Amino acid sequence: MPLHIEGVCHSYGPVAALDAIDLDIADGETVALIGPSGCGKSTLLGIIGGLLQPTAGRVSLSGPPPADSLNPFTYVFQDFALLPWRSVSANVALALEHRGLSATECRERVAAALALTGLTEFAAAYPKQLSGGMRQRVGIARALVVRPAVLLLDEPLSALDAQTRELLMEDLLAIWARERSTRVYVTHNLEEAARLADRVVVLSRRPGRIREVLRIDVPVAERGRPEHTALLIEVHRKLWALIRDEAATAEREIQNV
Amino acid sequence: MSERRPIPFRGGGFAPTPRRVVPWIVFAVLIGLWQAASSSGLLPSLFLPSPAAIARALYDLWLDGTLMEHVTASLKRIVPGWIIGTAAGLAVGLAMGIFSSARAAGLPVVSALFPIPKIALLPVLILWLGIGEPSKVATIALGVFFPTVISAYTACDSVPRNLIRMGQSFGLPARDIVAKIVLPGSMPGILAGFRISASVALLLVVAAEMIGAQHGIGAFVLTAGNLMQTDQLLAGVVMLSILGLLISWGLGAIERSVLRWR
Repeated sequence: MPLHIEGVCHSYGPVAALDAIDLDIADGETVALIGPSGCGKSTLLGIIGGLLQPTAGRVSLSGPPPADSLNPFTYVFQDFALLPWRSVSANVALALEHRGLSATECRERVAAALALTGLTEFAAAYPKQLSGGMRQRVGIARALVVRPAVLLLDEPLSALDAQTRELLMEDLLAIWARERSTRVYVTHNLEEAARLADRVVVLSRRPGRIREVLRIDVPVAERGRPEHTALLIEVHRKLWALIRDEAATAEREIQNV
Repeated sequence: MSERRPIPFRGGGFAPTPRRVVPWIVFAVLIGLWQAASSSGLLPSLFLPSPAAIARALYDLWLDGTLMEHVTASLKRIVPGWIIGTAAGLAVGLAMGIFSSARAAGLPVVSALFPIPKIALLPVLILWLGIGEPSKVATIALGVFFPTVISAYTACDSVPRNLIRMGQSFGLPARDIVAKIVLPGSMPGILAGFRISASVALLLVVAAEMIGAQHGIGAFVLTAGNLMQTDQLLAGVVMLSILGLLISWGLGAIERSVLRWR
């Protein structure tokens, strides 16, 4: 579903985190939000998902929701946020249980989500038995099981090692190709943004403002091809040029928490 | 080419290695020394009877039924007292963990009353409830109540916030968040609290029985002391330690089955 962000501002007490964010996201589009730490990208995602009240402005959806969608917005979290006392399938089912589905439909949806994320044979395992990558696959299956209109990913690969991250990026691309939803992807990893997003929104430092919107013209599915390597490197370079100075300032700042 | 010198090992990191036999050897040596000291007359039996004499006293008490009579009398106070105190403590503690208003109301009261040694309230409770069983059960219930409130409340508090936010982001109703996230997440803390409250119950039953009871292990130990029957006295103490071990073993079994996911 198309998503509209209009004049969103947010402040934590006297500290302004976001300032006048205007952004329209088209149906089925993947938008990456990047920026130096403290630019409010996670705050913006929280506002889109209805977990935070913006100080001003509003976020809205337009158009009809997908027919089989049970929940317009679902989340994938950086720290997975799995329930350790539930098995993989029960963790995925958590998103469905209160939706009043029949037991059969519940089972079918869970099975489909597990199949989509390659977890079928791990259905009975517990989170502590799984690697970080498998845990995040459970988090992704849980978010997809309700067939969301908008999928919100909050640094989904940041807690994973470099090799696992690479593998999960491939998985996400495969899921992008099969599941049609609008996606907002927060990350500080420029490569993830360049590989996974149709558009990359670069936010400036506190208060976060939209600094630049970069459209990557090659379809996401084709970016793995060798002839596009140069393009990805160029996107990466542009993004880095946009945030490098502010990232350096952010890094040298003393935190007052 | 110069000489090759191997790099000496300097790791290990003080990692503990299991030593299964050592604990048994320590017990055997201690009891053996004690027995030897008693047999050689170094320890007067009036002050410290030999392990064999204590074992014999325990066996005799078992045979003539005295032991079970006193153990049963104590259990009849511990069990209802612990159950009442735990049920009330869980209700109040979980309410304080979940509802901000219950926390604001309850925390100062609980903090103020928690440090009172509950045995000091026995005289008041005797005044209110009489010298019989209810005052002893009430003392135990009170003693169990406060640590249970605190463990339940801190257990709720320690449920990771990100799991609760996850529940909210998936649109779970509040009662589902409590039932599916807060309560299971609190179980480790609540069960750890049971160990504390069980030891409090054991302590208080002995103290209460020493103050005023005909039966019960506390009363038995006190009477044996007054009659200078040291072997009987220590048999009672050994019985208390066995009771404590059994309770802790039972709670351990419950923890292992409830918290299998850990």
